[in-house]
Amino acid sequence: MNPWEIIWRARGAFLDGFLDTLAIFLLAALLAFALGCLLVYGLEGRTGPTRRALRGFIDVMRMLPFLVLVYLLYYGLPQLGVRLPAWSAGMIALVLYHGAYFAEILRGGRTMLPAGQIEAAQAHGFAPGKAFRRLVLPQLLIRTRPLLGNQLILALKDTAFLGIITVQELTAAANSVQSSHFVPMEAFLMVILLYWLISIGIELLIKWSARFGAKRGFEHV
Amino acid sequence: MSELPVVSIRRLCKSFDGVEVLRDIDLEVKRGEVVSVLGSSGSGKSTLLRCINWLEEPDRGSIHIGGVRMGVDERNGRPLSARRLASIRARTGMVFQGFNLWPHLTVLQNVTEAPVHVRGLGKEEARRRAVELLEKVGMAHKRDSYPFSLSGGQKQRVAIARVLAMEPEVVLFDEPTSALDPERVGEVLAVMKQMSAEGHTMILVTHEMDFARAVSDQVVFLEKGRIIERAAPGKFFTDPDSERVRRFLELSD
Repeated sequence: MNPWEIIWRARGAFLDGFLDTLAIFLLAALLAFALGCLLVYGLEGRTGPTRRALRGFIDVMRMLPFLVLVYLLYYGLPQLGVRLPAWSAGMIALVLYHGAYFAEILRGGRTMLPAGQIEAAQAHGFAPGKAFRRLVLPQLLIRTRPLLGNQLILALKDTAFLGIITVQELTAAANSVQSSHFVPMEAFLMVILLYWLISIGIELLIKWSARFGAKRGFEHV
Repeated sequence: MSELPVVSIRRLCKSFDGVEVLRDIDLEVKRGEVVSVLGSSGSGKSTLLRCINWLEEPDRGSIHIGGVRMGVDERNGRPLSARRLASIRARTGMVFQGFNLWPHLTVLQNVTEAPVHVRGLGKEEARRRAVELLEKVGMAHKRDSYPFSLSGGQKQRVAIARVLAMEPEVVLFDEPTSALDPERVGEVLAVMKQMSAEGHTMILVTHEMDFARAVSDQVVFLEKGRIIERAAPGKFFTDPDSERVRRFLELSD
């Protein structure tokens, strides 16, 4: 049989894997982004141990290979009596890891924000939380848009590691098809195409959102 | 019955890294009064203004806005919680040298943002009042523009509307025309003059001597963190007591 015919017959497995990956990616991206925002807000105006702890967390995540974090949560934690299902371990790993990166990106944007922006918020009676949400965060998003898009694509690619700990997703689906029919080239080319599709979606979203900044004079596109 | 002063500052002191910037400042501003704070750069004028709304925390002394202690819980002497500090700050307004409009919001949104999200005013009501204020400062035609597309003078007029929308008891002006092209200064001063005529209480740090002379009820001169002269503008500009002020006025002519 023609290898592509084999792939076509296994289309159900690829489609399931694609939808699994898409769902994992969307949920993880949303939660990681929320975590990133919380971390940056936690760093606002703090100097003491809280700040050191948050910075420490972000730095540890950044020096850690993602796969090691996944192993730690899935294989390491049971040793301490915490047994997570593969899917939960994978999701937590994605959220913590990419949450830290989102935080680092937003923190970079925060250091570039003129102090007068915060002072204007304070002078008009904004409490810190509301000032951050309504006046600081929107500006950070506009300023760091391309970096956030890049991080989303990295998060998408990291979902492929979850197959290693038995999570059902696209790469695992391809792996099972190629090993039972021995069509590795075609199976993985198919997978690349499907990841690429999601990446294009992310790219379009990021490109489309450029108009918010352009309209407000933040950037020229 | 004598009315409570809108701003009452007692024995205010502030140092930065051991350098004394303000020393024993006493100042009272009555309702509807315009006070100009003059002095050379580094004399502490801006720091004084920024202490009044607690953008800088003074080391000693007290500030009351409409009888309410700024920054400190009067019952126990501790710093106010962020929330309570914010609500007292909202009783003051500040116009900055660098405008500090929020660039992601339109002109109209800049003016409605704090009334809606700090004071809890309804959106429609806030919008209606914002348009009125923008008309007053001559910026209603730009209501849907974003700040980056405005000139400095236009930005500052929007910033003034933004402050007035919060109906503060006192408006603090921190060198509001220093960052403007010379031909744009007049349009901002005109708005400020109108404000004083309408009875707004204002404290003004400025280098615009003629303007200070025209609108002030009281002029205060700061030198090395101390008030060394305070007088009505007529006396201050023609017959000051201190030799230092005399020299300052000669040099700035």
